[in-house]
Amino acid sequence: MNCFHCGTNCGTAPICFDNKEFCCTGCKTVYEIFSANQLEGYYDLDENPGIRPGEVEGKFDFLDNQRILEKLLEFSDGDISVAEFYIPSIHCSSCIWILENLHKLHRSVKASQVDFPRKKLRVTFSHSDLTAKELVLLLSRIGYEPYISLEDAGRKEQDIDRSLIYKLGVAGFAFGNVMLLSFPEYFEIDEFWLNQYKPFFRWIMFGLSLPVVFYAAGDYFKSAFKGIRAGLLNIDIPIALGIAVLFLRSTWEIATNTGQGFFDSLTGLLFFLLLGRYFQEKTYSFLSFERDYKSYFPVGVTRMDEDGQEISTDIYDIKEQDRLLIRNQELIPVDGILLNGKARIDYSFVTGESDPVTRESGEKLFAGGKQTGTAIEMVALNSVSQSYLTQLWSNEVFSGDKQTRFQSLTDRISKYFTAVILLIAFGAGTYWYVTDPALAAPVFTAILIVACPCALALSAPFTLGNMLRIFGKQKFYLKNAQVIERMAGIDTVIFDKTGTITANANADIAYEGVELTRQERSLLRTGLRNSNHPLSRQLYEFLQDQQIDTLDHYKESTGKGLEMSAGGVLIRAGSRSFAGSPDLEEVLNTSVYVSTGEAYRGRFTFYNRYRKGVAGLFRSLAAKYRLGILSGDNESERENLQKLLPAGTKLFFNQKPEDKLNYVRFHQEEGASIMMVGDGLNDAGALQQSDVGVAVSENINVFSPACDAILDAEKLPQLGAYLKASAHAVTVIKASFVLSFLYNLVGLYFAVTGALSPVIAAILMPLSSISVVLFTTGLTGWIGKKLN
Amino acid sequence: MSVIYILITVSLIVAVIFFVAFVTAVRSGQYDDSYTPSVRMLFEDELVEPEEDSEPSNSTKN
Repeated sequence: MNCFHCGTNCGTAPICFDNKEFCCTGCKTVYEIFSANQLEGYYDLDENPGIRPGEVEGKFDFLDNQRILEKLLEFSDGDISVAEFYIPSIHCSSCIWILENLHKLHRSVKASQVDFPRKKLRVTFSHSDLTAKELVLLLSRIGYEPYISLEDAGRKEQDIDRSLIYKLGVAGFAFGNVMLLSFPEYFEIDEFWLNQYKPFFRWIMFGLSLPVVFYAAGDYFKSAFKGIRAGLLNIDIPIALGIAVLFLRSTWEIATNTGQGFFDSLTGLLFFLLLGRYFQEKTYSFLSFERDYKSYFPVGVTRMDEDGQEISTDIYDIKEQDRLLIRNQELIPVDGILLNGKARIDYSFVTGESDPVTRESGEKLFAGGKQTGTAIEMVALNSVSQSYLTQLWSNEVFSGDKQTRFQSLTDRISKYFTAVILLIAFGAGTYWYVTDPALAAPVFTAILIVACPCALALSAPFTLGNMLRIFGKQKFYLKNAQVIERMAGIDTVIFDKTGTITANANADIAYEGVELTRQERSLLRTGLRNSNHPLSRQLYEFLQDQQIDTLDHYKESTGKGLEMSAGGVLIRAGSRSFAGSPDLEEVLNTSVYVSTGEAYRGRFTFYNRYRKGVAGLFRSLAAKYRLGILSGDNESERENLQKLLPAGTKLFFNQKPEDKLNYVRFHQEEGASIMMVGDGLNDAGALQQSDVGVAVSENINVFSPACDAILDAEKLPQLGAYLKASAHAVTVIKASFVLSFLYNLVGLYFAVTGALSPVIAAILMPLSSISVVLFTTGLTGWIGKKLN
Repeated sequence: MSVIYILITVSLIVAVIFFVAFVTAVRSGQYDDSYTPSVRMLFEDELVEPEEDSEPSNSTKN
């Protein structure tokens, strides 16, 4: 039976309400809210569209702080405020419907508008009745918890760059009109009235091409100029040269009345070039590839003043010696000393180590850890930007733009191409200057026009742009098209362990010790049902075949364990000391110890569960790539891993974030091209340093550190196939280079012999461009089919 | 025959009007989100307004 609201399995004991089954009270409450406001339409649009609401108690208290609020609100004046929220759980048309009908849930909401691709909701509300915090809580209550991070707070409204669309529009507009105007001349009709209007037509074409050359082509001139200054012969140099020569020669021709010019080819050329650019610029607007620690940290924290009053503070305002209150599941924003409270810190963001560590008061806490258990108090030792974790971002790797470290295939080839073209142009020009000086200038310019590498420049954008889309459909999201070229050159693949090749939520559980009776097992399961601790949840699932009893007594001691009794049997389950285990040494693996009455019985040991298909992935990769594992975890899994991995895989444990970065850098200096596959902030340095950094994520909408690609965890076994497809894509580019060279040869033949008429140019140019586009999209489509 | 000057000029002006319309459409953000409006369009009719509702939702300008 599935939950009417969210569609998850209700298990054995669903909650019934209004003749419908719900998996939990959270889902039921959302349904109640909707039905009380005549919004049941929500359930008609999509089947089980709902999202189970999460725990938000105290989570958004920082929204009471006026200064934080000001940063988050887009607009606030008089009674009206406008805020834009990023809501990761927006996923279907029901979501759009309910969020745009928000005014029915609260009358102070004036308008709300969803941007589905970006997963944003913009709300206009009157803040005298409804504060921003209440609005956020309202959204959270119905399952749409906004994700508010430091990044949003620091960001001021950025303008979306739409210039490419404008340029494309200008070029397309001019191309169409010039084509029409030059049509009569294609047939060289010597008609009286056509001849009479020739100059008029020509000057209109000239006028139409002006914005194309001076506006739409601007980027090519700029890029060519930059290339020359840097001493690089990039692809934009012959393009810019071609455009300039086309324009000058055409203008000269119509000014002297010697010909019609090449305005049609000129505008068409730019239209196709810009189209290629637009195609390649596919971006996943709902994903962020630039996240650093800022997006992990909360916007505000609770500071305690001298009188013990709690104040919400902006995270950047934390100073040395500030006393901070960290609640359950909150992130520690700065390094500090624990004052009081029982700290159980989960450092998995920072180190990859999955087990929480216990700290006593007086001990040092590091930024990036997440408190699990009761609230703690701590004193800050420095400010946010000087903390241990955040210092990783001051590494020089993060300062440079990764894209500039690598040269694209097109740029490598164009180096020779440009040189050869210039050589031919000058050679032929000199030859004609000697034999027939009158033809020297036309031939020289014709070569530069015909050689303008339109097809060449289109090969890569269309191939890579199409691959980018194909990968996107396969849940492998790339930051930009250039990543594919880099993927094709990879020879070493390095994996992080925890969270990357192991699944976060599940573990294999084994019991060691004196066997528990049936009654004891069912009592244990009943007790576990009441606990929200991750280990309890997993153990509860593991003991699934047991009955549910009624408990006489139940008590959970945070950070220690559970105590439960029924029918005179008392069970204690939890940490080693809590259950009174006689084992002197703590085992490296996570364990839950169990005792009944006064006698210790045994322990449940949790082993990492590796993702499905990981072994197969490693086997398929081993043939072509060097493999390695860099784990922040301890060595407890070494044996298990060695069984899983092909011989020769290097294993490193207890790696700090800097160690990972340095390992990658060291091997790059030895000449390796490295793909790093990781998942957390602890891999951030290595992901940035590597040639291709891939972040594996179980939920692509939530956390992933700065990287080149985001891979849905369930598609991890496909990584080998993706690498292969990238290599094929690069082969396709090379093949289409050959094709466009052939077109260039044909064009050059006409140009060198001095027979390049505007008609031939007007046919050859679109023909070569379109056939290259068809060739590349066809072949990449075929590669994509093989991936399915 | 010189009517052709007028005709061509007029046709160019018409073309330019469309071009300007395109640019204003892009500028106002119509091309930023090409998905949501297509879904939203299908909702309008299903909304049975109970009694009166404060202001109708008028979209906000950026």
